[in-house]
Amino acid sequence: MNYFGELFFSGLTRGSIYALLALGYTMVYGILQLINFAHGEIYMIGAFTALIVASVLTVKGFSSIAILVLAAVVAVVYSAAYGYTVEKIAYKPLRQAPRLSPLISAIGMSIFLQNYIMLAQTSDFLPYPNLLPPIPLFNRFSNIIGPSELSIVLTSAILMILLTLFIKFTKTGKAMRATAQDKEMAMLVGVNVNRVISTTFIIGSALAAIGGILIASHTGRINFYIGFSAGIKAFTAAVLGGIGSIPGAMLGGLVLGLAESFATGYISSDYEDVFAFALLVLILIFKPSGLLGRANNQKV
Amino acid sequence: MKNYFFFRSVFGVALFLFFFSILSANAAETIKIGVPGAHTGDLASYGLPTVKAAQLVVKDVNAKGGILGRKVELIIEDEACKPELASNAATKLVSGKVDAVIGHICSGATKAALRTYKDAKIIVISPSATSPELTLSGQYPNFFRTIGSDAVQAKLVSDFAVKTLKFTKFAVIHDKGDYGKGFAEYAKKYIEECKNTHVALFEGITAGAVDYSAIVQKIKHSGAEAVIYGGYHPEAASVVQQMRKKGMKTLFISDDGVKDNTFIKVAGQYAEGVYASGPRDTTNNPLAIAAIDAHRKAYGTEPGAFYLNAYSATIAILNAISKAKSTQYEAVAKALRGNKVDTPLGKISFDKKGDALGVGFSMYLVKNGAYVELK
Repeated sequence: MNYFGELFFSGLTRGSIYALLALGYTMVYGILQLINFAHGEIYMIGAFTALIVASVLTVKGFSSIAILVLAAVVAVVYSAAYGYTVEKIAYKPLRQAPRLSPLISAIGMSIFLQNYIMLAQTSDFLPYPNLLPPIPLFNRFSNIIGPSELSIVLTSAILMILLTLFIKFTKTGKAMRATAQDKEMAMLVGVNVNRVISTTFIIGSALAAIGGILIASHTGRINFYIGFSAGIKAFTAAVLGGIGSIPGAMLGGLVLGLAESFATGYISSDYEDVFAFALLVLILIFKPSGLLGRANNQKV
Repeated sequence: MKNYFFFRSVFGVALFLFFFSILSANAAETIKIGVPGAHTGDLASYGLPTVKAAQLVVKDVNAKGGILGRKVELIIEDEACKPELASNAATKLVSGKVDAVIGHICSGATKAALRTYKDAKIIVISPSATSPELTLSGQYPNFFRTIGSDAVQAKLVSDFAVKTLKFTKFAVIHDKGDYGKGFAEYAKKYIEECKNTHVALFEGITAGAVDYSAIVQKIKHSGAEAVIYGGYHPEAASVVQQMRKKGMKTLFISDDGVKDNTFIKVAGQYAEGVYASGPRDTTNNPLAIAAIDAHRKAYGTEPGAFYLNAYSATIAILNAISKAKSTQYEAVAKALRGNKVDTPLGKISFDKKGDALGVGFSMYLVKNGAYVELK
């Protein structure tokens, strides 16, 4: 039972990160029907920014809480700016183009950002300090879940709840849902579609940056390539849950994380990816639009 | 009048041909040596020292007038340790008519490239590709190396774990790559051959995955006293950190791919107490001291991984060419096998299969942020 609990929480941790990233994919897809392949790179840039800010602040002797808050704020702002700019440069000019064009543009952006960070920073792996606060835990639980895992799960849960409330109850959220349902109609009734799209990219990028800080603190290392594998997994999670659907991305992330963890624990880690993608294929055979996706009706 | 033009043009063509032949004769005279390896990407820290070593040796040799009266020229190709890029690099070097190759760096990439060189009859001498089958399979008579194979290393590591540390229950983990998995399979075999020992867990992990906490839980659950890891430092650093953060004190023993200072830099405090095998320390060898000094003088930094192996490989191949008095394939191969040569690694020659005789491994322990050789 203990072993099951350990695997469950390690899957939950991984799944929360996948879910945070998957939200970015799914929101953009919901509105633009575009797969933003550069999203994984935004996650990597967020983690790098936090690392740089944290290193500077540590040298200046700030307290660990101040470092965490400042690094996170700067990383979120910086990543959001990147997300916003990427949309303006690579996707907006292609909005009326055939659907394949922005897709290729997205792949190009991803490669560009990876290589830019490799040249501007380093191609080596760097150590990543643990920025997460050491939450004191009862001994009984510390065997099953560590402090950094707990912060990852809690932070992700809070962010997802906030996002859901934002989409449901604010005016911008309503505009986002309207744009997702029908872009032209939304425009006719006076929704500023361009602003909605920008907001979507900003929110998605901010979530990715936080995901980046969380997972890099947890695994303790970073290089320019970490966005790639995380991006692929998060994209898988978004498809699994039904791309375009926000609760779907959350569920998809958790299902994928748990499936990987249990596959490693009870079968073999050699087949971790095989198992994860076999699950994806199975779900798509029986529910082609994903767990919570709807066939014709895209939702933000 | 017509004749005059005729003569002038004949004379012109003759003059042109004359100069052209001088130029092409000069170009043919350099001995071309290919240096393919990882010069960008994750594993660049393994490949770049080899380039520097080859450049320093060649600069030295050229300053003394070259070999057989010919200058040596290096042709450097990046393949990022990726097999598909490695075979491209090989094709490029073969069509560039290189006389020999120093590389490749990673076993997987070397294996992918070797066939191309074999068909073109080009000698390949690797400073770092340690996969046993490269030599033991006998498929590649053109392959040599200045590093011991994984089988030798796995034997050393498992003997150390069983006989010196006296553990009986192991988890053997690898990264599913040619190098890591080969090492892990040999280690498993040697451990199981010992009495009263067993491997409780034998599994591969995915290189570059988002996190490794599930496999860490599994290691914990298996009750192993020590982890033997086959693979490279990026994953090892992650696994060790996650083990220690979970409060596990299980020993971590690994291979040459982890015996890199980047591992200590990334894993930081958690690297303390990790064992890894690596080429024997040769810092007392005067040639090694000279080679390291040359690096410091030229680049102002300490040399990186496999620097001395690459330095020795370059010396060995150039020595063989000068002994064979030609760059012809059979003659050079025979000279490599037949002659002992003084290198920073000691006096080495090569056996029938291409493995260096006189090159060995030691165990290292991370202590106060640096690898210390265990005697």
